[in-house]
Amino acid sequence: MAVVENNGKGRRWSPLSSPAVILTFKTLGSIIVTMLGLAFITFVIGRVMPIDPVLSIVGEQASKSTYDDAYAALGLDKPIIVQFFIYIWDVMHGDFGTSLLTARPVVDDLIRRFPATLELATLGTIMGVTLGVPLGVLAAVNKGSWFDQIARVVALVGYSMPIFWLGLMGLLVFYGILGWVGGPGRVDIFYADIVPSVTGMILLDSMLDGNWDVFWNAMSHIILPATILGYYSLAYISRMTRSFMLEQMSAEYITTARVKGLPERTVIWGHAFKNILVQLITVIALSYANLLEGSVLTEIIFSWPGIGSYITTALLSADMNAVLGGTIVVGLVFVLLNIFSDLLYRVFDPRAK
Amino acid sequence: MMETNMQKQTLRDWLLTDTPTSRRHARYAAAYSGWLTLKSNTMAMVGLGILLLLLFMAAFAPLLAPMDPFVQNLGGRLQPIGADGHILGTDSLGRDLLSRVIYGSRITLYIVTLVALIAPIVGLLVGTVAGYTGGIVDAVLMRITDIFLAFPRLVLALAFVAALGAGIENAVLAISLTAWPPYARIARAETLTIRNSDYIAAVKLQGAGAMRIITKHIWPLCISSLIVRVTLDMAGVILAAAGLGFLGLGAQPPSPEWGAMISEGRKFILDHWWVATVPGLAIFTVSLGFNLLGDGLRDVLDPKEGGHS
Repeated sequence: MAVVENNGKGRRWSPLSSPAVILTFKTLGSIIVTMLGLAFITFVIGRVMPIDPVLSIVGEQASKSTYDDAYAALGLDKPIIVQFFIYIWDVMHGDFGTSLLTARPVVDDLIRRFPATLELATLGTIMGVTLGVPLGVLAAVNKGSWFDQIARVVALVGYSMPIFWLGLMGLLVFYGILGWVGGPGRVDIFYADIVPSVTGMILLDSMLDGNWDVFWNAMSHIILPATILGYYSLAYISRMTRSFMLEQMSAEYITTARVKGLPERTVIWGHAFKNILVQLITVIALSYANLLEGSVLTEIIFSWPGIGSYITTALLSADMNAVLGGTIVVGLVFVLLNIFSDLLYRVFDPRAK
Repeated sequence: MMETNMQKQTLRDWLLTDTPTSRRHARYAAAYSGWLTLKSNTMAMVGLGILLLLLFMAAFAPLLAPMDPFVQNLGGRLQPIGADGHILGTDSLGRDLLSRVIYGSRITLYIVTLVALIAPIVGLLVGTVAGYTGGIVDAVLMRITDIFLAFPRLVLALAFVAALGAGIENAVLAISLTAWPPYARIARAETLTIRNSDYIAAVKLQGAGAMRIITKHIWPLCISSLIVRVTLDMAGVILAAAGLGFLGLGAQPPSPEWGAMISEGRKFILDHWWVATVPGLAIFTVSLGFNLLGDGLRDVLDPKEGGHS
């Protein structure tokens, strides 16, 4: 501590005052405050819900004393502030309670289901990036052309389409009529549980196992939902790429490069594109976070056993522990990705320091 | 000479003048030139047309709908598109799909209007108070805003509806609760730039209090950026409401809400595809309309952003 105080007056260098350390502490502080806020919101939601948690455990016919015992066992007789701190304590230890539906700890359920969501969102993001970035760059370079107009329409349609409906239509056309892809679920039933689960992601697991039959079957199942999620991410990424590129293309250094006689391809990809990379990475991180959320409805349509379908199923059967636990985990991932993109921005963009 | 000129001056000239004669004149002139810019944007006009059509459909639903949207006819269930008397076919209970889509526009409009009123007003209040007061109030309010922003919106809305119970009003409430933070951010940013300008200092010297400055001088300047954001957000609101309806958490049956209709049609998707397709097209069209109009409005009202997007 003395070093820090000294630093205020004497400007002596200390590891605690370097910008990176201060930034780390600030970031950590903001993560903690945000997570406390998330926990507070879920706590309030859990309190105001109209379902009596005691009744759902002991049943309608329970005697008064059984009811009171369960009431006390749940800690509901304690002051609300105490209840909140107990809740925070539990959440910090990864204890979200037991799911009424599966009768297992919510944490175990979430850990088991998370890889499926991650697999889907990752593949979707990969598709969105590989198609969306070139689309955005070309639209910016050919601003006002027919290509730009088409890119604009493609993005607007993506913004406007209800994702669950697009999923249904995709299933109808590519599975029902054309039969090109596998149906709902992660693999066909006779391929299920063949490869040992290492990462929980079937594509990776089957590759590790060298079982290519399972891999291609899993691929035929994931390709449609991933494409649909990828389209959403494409819509967002292509618009953002276009606007970043337009900003760069009107800068003076681009004119200089052109005057020097550099080929247009070098000007676009070597100069302008290189300068939007940092912004682009933050956008991709954000769109990845959005896909994790967007997968809620997609997972329902495709019977995908991920976190989204877990939360929704729990919701429909009033399994509040599972709902709130799932919400906190999705929120946590969301916050971490946001902060990650923010950090990247600061680390790689010298102007932001 | 002067006389004839004055007589020849049409309403159009009056609106396009460079030298407005009164404050109201200037305001009308600005609105008119904005309208002209918007009118030249074909896509925005298509969007506006779609929304006017939606308004028309909702207003005259009883006259436009060929049948009662709730009357079941089990003998004529799952009739295909173009069937006798049912242009868009019927659903699993034999209800006319066209009539249900037309009546569904009322529910969509109801949800959109309520959210478009609640969320920006809450955001405006929080944002301007935080921005104008500054200090600890600002820090606390913005921290709360950030927490709400950090939450994935659909998941948060799901959790709220779970707590409040299913239904349209609760869906509206849940969506509004997740939609206000961006407005607060915008309103605060605008307030911060306005707060220290000279004319605010002048009004202060004339003795205006904080209330008057916020309501009379800051709010009007926040409105245009909020309107753009609201229009662009409405597509998302429609999609969220439809998503909640699809999950059975929004409007309850037999209400002809479009999302709930898709959910009904989902069971028959492979054999009777139109039951889910028709309401989905309706959702898509309306949210596309909002997106097209919002894009155009941004060019008109918010030239800073319009330049590069």
